[in-house]
Amino acid sequence: MANIIELKQVNKEYGDQVKTPVLFDVDLAIEEGSFNSIIGQSGSGKSTLLNIIGTLDQPTSGEVMIGGKRTDQMRKNELAGLRNETLGFIFQFHYLLPEFTALENVLMPYRIRHGKVPAEKIDRAHEIMKLVGLEKVKHNLAANMSGGQQQRTAIARALMNQPKIILADEPTGNLDSDTSETIYNLLRDINRDLGTTFVIITHDRRIAEKADRIIEIKDGRVALDI
Amino acid sequence: MRLAFSIARRFLRASKGQTFLIALGIAIGVSVQIFIGSLIQGLQIDLINTTIGSQSQITITSRTEDKLIDDYERWQPVVAETDPSLRSVTPIAQGQALLVFDDENYSVLVRGLDFDSAEGIYQLSNRLVSGEMPSTELELLVGQDLAEEAGIKVGDLISFLTNVGQETTATVSGLFDLETASLNKTWVITDLASAQGLFDYDEKITAIEMQLEDVFAADTVAEALHSRLGDGLSVNHWKADNIALLSGLNGQSISSYMIQVFVMISVLLGIASVLAITVIQKSRQIGILKAMGIRDSKASLIFLFQGLLLGIAGAILGILLGLGLAYAFTRFALSPDGTPIVPLVIDPGFIALSALFAITVSTLAALIPARKSSQLNPIEVIRNG
Ligand SMILES: Nc1ncnc2c1ncn2[C@@H]1O[C@H](COP(=O)(O)OP(=O)(O)O)[C@@H](O)[C@H]1O
Ligand SMILES: [Mg+2]
Repeated sequence: MANIIELKQVNKEYGDQVKTPVLFDVDLAIEEGSFNSIIGQSGSGKSTLLNIIGTLDQPTSGEVMIGGKRTDQMRKNELAGLRNETLGFIFQFHYLLPEFTALENVLMPYRIRHGKVPAEKIDRAHEIMKLVGLEKVKHNLAANMSGGQQQRTAIARALMNQPKIILADEPTGNLDSDTSETIYNLLRDINRDLGTTFVIITHDRRIAEKADRIIEIKDGRVALDI
Repeated sequence: MRLAFSIARRFLRASKGQTFLIALGIAIGVSVQIFIGSLIQGLQIDLINTTIGSQSQITITSRTEDKLIDDYERWQPVVAETDPSLRSVTPIAQGQALLVFDDENYSVLVRGLDFDSAEGIYQLSNRLVSGEMPSTELELLVGQDLAEEAGIKVGDLISFLTNVGQETTATVSGLFDLETASLNKTWVITDLASAQGLFDYDEKITAIEMQLEDVFAADTVAEALHSRLGDGLSVNHWKADNIALLSGLNGQSISSYMIQVFVMISVLLGIASVLAITVIQKSRQIGILKAMGIRDSKASLIFLFQGLLLGIAGAILGILLGLGLAYAFTRFALSPDGTPIVPLVIDPGFIALSALFAITVSTLAALIPARKSSQLNPIEVIRNG
């Protein structure tokens, strides 16, 4: 299978005056349709790496390619389109819009892309929400749901535009182990059924071991890749 | 567009208290503007009415040696059809004379009017304080101040000396009060024929007087009349004779605009600063939207729409508030006779203009937060939780 994500010699430094190097010459290729986990100690640079892959952050040097196109040279509107159509994010904190209901949050990526939502897409949103077990709280405001429900809403939202890649940063970090188990099984199902590529940061080795591939980051370098 | 609009609406609805306060701020600005505008306009119209409401606003005189206009019948229709807003076109025959009463001499202006057509200008029948209107030739009205000074009463006989030489005697049929001391002291009013006879004018007159619908158009209408009537006649208008009044009114208008502009500037600054805060309040949401791929321009639109919506809500509220204020003022600020101290002028055009102004201003105020939001980088939000 082709590589859908490719990083070449990516370096990242934070700070202007005092430079803090975080990533060192990272080379990484992710195959289309694969299910990958990233592990590593806190502060090792996992989130930095994922944000660079997701075009939210820029590398200090090196190349980032998504679907064969360099993203470090794209203009802002191009990046916005890429984030909307090709990428889905699930963050450690749910990042829902509190002014909108769960369903409206799920539909948001579609509305950003197309403006108006046709009935069949609303049906699709209902289906996804059913899949993640949210049919009872669909019309609750994001603020009036439990942590697990909010996180599942964020997952449903990441699935709405059927992105090729889903990037998740400790998506179950705040959830109990039963709930995280369910959510991981759900993500695996989506990976199997739709061929969506997953890159998931987790601190839970038990979960990491279920992935096709485990990448360990240590002090800003790829230490282990199996 | 649609998405930015609906997000803007949702943001405003989510913080109702804040939204209401901003809209109220705009509304107060708009209502003050409407109230002050209506008040000043009312004051000015009131002032103009008292000053020139009962006098000729455009006066045609002759440039010939004898200063007399021949053939009024020929000129009258020409004047009338020059501009449809002209009204109460009336012939005048007047001259200086010496009024002799009780062996005393008084210098007066004898004004011969065509009572029917002059009524529109002078409303003499309302201004009669005693006696009645002259009904035959050589009956006349005397101003009440002159009557008091000279001891003239209704029914008295008075005589006139003119530069034509002959002495003429006439009967006082009534006394008038034109609410201007100098006129009450020097004017003697009679019918056209009596004045023509007194001064030997034959059928000629000395002036054609008239009023017009829009008093401020007097100069342009006068110009038009002049070109229709030719150089033999001279056309004067009230604006040329009341430059001080006009510049006073102008100063008043300017200070009213200044107040209105400063009110709107303070509203603008208020909205801009509150909206700037809302960008910070909503930076998390903007970051999330950007991570989902909303374009910077659309993110900015959200805040422009917020400004627009706040402007519209504020303008509507402000119009209601302003009209309420104006109504309360005309209801409760009354002079002793029960009429409003100042009759306000509610001008829909002006209200629409000030509403439009408020909407524009609050949309402009939203430009600053809109720019800020477009600069917001989603990674700041994602990193900092
Ligand atoms: N905005 C920043 N400015 C400076 N240093 C940062 C910034 N963000 C992260 N870092 C540093 O970069 C390192 C890697 O952070 P991060 O990628 O969040 O690690 P992880 O996700 O593996 O815990 C940490 O040492 C962190 O302190
Ligand atoms: Mg992290």
